Amino acid sequence: MNIIVVGLSHRTATVEIREKVAFSPNLIEKPLRTLVSLEGIVEGVIVSTCNRVEIYATTRDIAGGIARIKRFMADHHRIPLESLEPHLYSYHSEAAIRHVFRVASSLDSMVIGEPQILGQIKTSYGYAAEYKSSGIILNRFLHKAFSVAKRVRTETKIASSAVSVAFAAVELAKKVLGDLSDKTVMLVGAGEMCELAAKHFINSGAKGVMVTNRTFERAERLADEFKGEAVPFEELFQHLHRADIVLSSTGAPHVIITPKDVTDVVKRRKFRPMFFIDIAVPRDIDPKVDDVDGAFLFTVDDLQEIVQANLAQRNREAEKAEEIIDQEIGQFYKWLSSLGVTPTIVALRSRFDEIRRTELEKTISGWKELPPDSEKRLEALTMAIMNKLLHAPTTALKQAGQGGRVDLYVDALRQLFDLQTGLQDDDELELEE
Amino acid sequence: MTHFFFSLTLGLYVCATAAYLGCLFKVSTKLTQWATRLLGIGFIAHILSTIHLANQVKHLPLTDMQGALSFFSLMIIGAFLFFERKYKVTTLGSFVTPVALLMLIVSSALHGGARQLPPILQSNWFWFHALLAFASYAAFAIACGVAVMYLLQRSLLKKKHFNGLFQKLPPLETLDEISYRCLAIGFPLLTVAIISGAIWSEKAIGNYWEWDPKQTWSLITWLIYAALLHGRLTIGWRGKRAAILSIIGFVVLLVTFFGMKHSITW
Repeated sequence: MNIIVVGLSHRTATVEIREKVAFSPNLIEKPLRTLVSLEGIVEGVIVSTCNRVEIYATTRDIAGGIARIKRFMADHHRIPLESLEPHLYSYHSEAAIRHVFRVASSLDSMVIGEPQILGQIKTSYGYAAEYKSSGIILNRFLHKAFSVAKRVRTETKIASSAVSVAFAAVELAKKVLGDLSDKTVMLVGAGEMCELAAKHFINSGAKGVMVTNRTFERAERLADEFKGEAVPFEELFQHLHRADIVLSSTGAPHVIITPKDVTDVVKRRKFRPMFFIDIAVPRDIDPKVDDVDGAFLFTVDDLQEIVQANLAQRNREAEKAEEIIDQEIGQFYKWLSSLGVTPTIVALRSRFDEIRRTELEKTISGWKELPPDSEKRLEALTMAIMNKLLHAPTTALKQAGQGGRVDLYVDALRQLFDLQTGLQDDDELELEE
Repeated sequence: MTHFFFSLTLGLYVCATAAYLGCLFKVSTKLTQWATRLLGIGFIAHILSTIHLANQVKHLPLTDMQGALSFFSLMIIGAFLFFERKYKVTTLGSFVTPVALLMLIVSSALHGGARQLPPILQSNWFWFHALLAFASYAAFAIACGVAVMYLLQRSLLKKKHFNGLFQKLPPLETLDEISYRCLAIGFPLLTVAIISGAIWSEKAIGNYWEWDPKQTWSLITWLIYAALLHGRLTIGWRGKRAAILSIIGFVVLLVTFFGMKHSITW
């Protein structure tokens, strides 16, 4: 049995194409049923996010399976296959396993290490499990993918640092102010970036928000949104000392906050430190403010630098992650190839033979006087019993032939007679996690 | 036995210091855990070694430089372990443990004469005074370590060097808070230590204050920390200014400790 992957992602298709082939989670049952009813396709899972649409399936006929899934994707979305085909990639066997492990571990994401993708795959798998389109192999496969992703997350620092400017601002503020839970944020001007940063600050526990803007109505509107307080622009310096974090992004052509202003404000705060971020171009805050004792000023460029450094770190960590994936592929592939009919029969026979021989030796060594030939006879007897016992299951296994049944038999035999290779049960990961 | 515990302590402190320094360069929870564990075991060995020695000489080994340095080191490690637990600041260990280790190495290189305890030191006031003084020294040592970290982290922030060390060092405000805590603990201890020292002086030689170098420098140390605490509580001295003063205070303290001898005891 082979695992195949067919799909497209942000690497191969624009958003216009991606949204055309997206599967809606509410209507996923029908395509899942169609998928596994395709000729040669045994199990199937459909993963559909805004950055990728992928189908994971098992088949005996790799080329035919891939072709039929491509056709299915085109037909289902009523797109001519010719226009879809250039954006599609497909993998099989080891490459398919690697691909899915990488996707689940967020190595193939637009922003490497972003955490959503794992949850999205888990949800997609949940649908497949619910509508029974996934079976023994894909169940094992995806559980394995989840545990690999978890390993990558805990053993590398792939997702440990901020990779957006707004979030970098929060991290930087924490480096100065420590705990943000009793801190107040002040927005000077109402730019989009400031708004986003303010949201991050509130999510990180900041206590209060003040908003000021040249048009007071706008300040009021934004303050409402954050359940904060609007401050008239003229009264900025009457209120500035209450702010621990100042985010400035006005469209003013000149500097609004000078070192002298900040010196006064900091004195009023008894030198409790203030954290400034100037997002405006041209600048709102005089760069010399950074020289004021107790004031820390950063610009978008500084934040950008942090983001770049963090991205570089993620890429370094991604290399470690690839190594982890390499190890895990070997293990899983071993299990997968052991699932074939022949390896199972061989394993089953050798397990029986092993038992037969140990028991035979025990019996013979316990006998003091043996009639001539008895050893040979016992050997023949036990062999005959073993062969008779194995005949029926072996034939059944061989005759199960193509189709999903054979996997069921193989899996049952492996579990009942303890023929497991490669995968341990602790690799199984609970979906709820 | 004393020698065994002392060597064990020294060995464990060397390993712990290496681990703490390693924590500055490498992110590893395992390394952090081991650093703390090694230091904790070393601390226990150090206590046993001190108790054992005290048992031999029948008093706390504080009266010669060898014993005093070892005890100073013990108090610093104890104070550090307390603050590390409370504030989860592993990197503080990278700055504090080397100092404590150095003190212990110097102590081990010195020869402690098994001197008879001078009758003048056979006073409870003296022991009270000495223990409090060492406790305050430990608190100020931590404050100094934190101040160095503060200045380092501040300069990284000002120069916008967001490197690995920057990631490792704790937030400025956390450092400032620890510094304040140390001051708030250390200053009253030092105050009572100086007062009890004066009382002991009166009992021993009939005079509260001799203006000998040790007493004078102690007073200078006290004044620096008094100014720092006062400035903090009234004007709001904190951050850079407080850090620099805290370092100066500790340097003066070390001068007092190493350089100035009591006219009445030695």
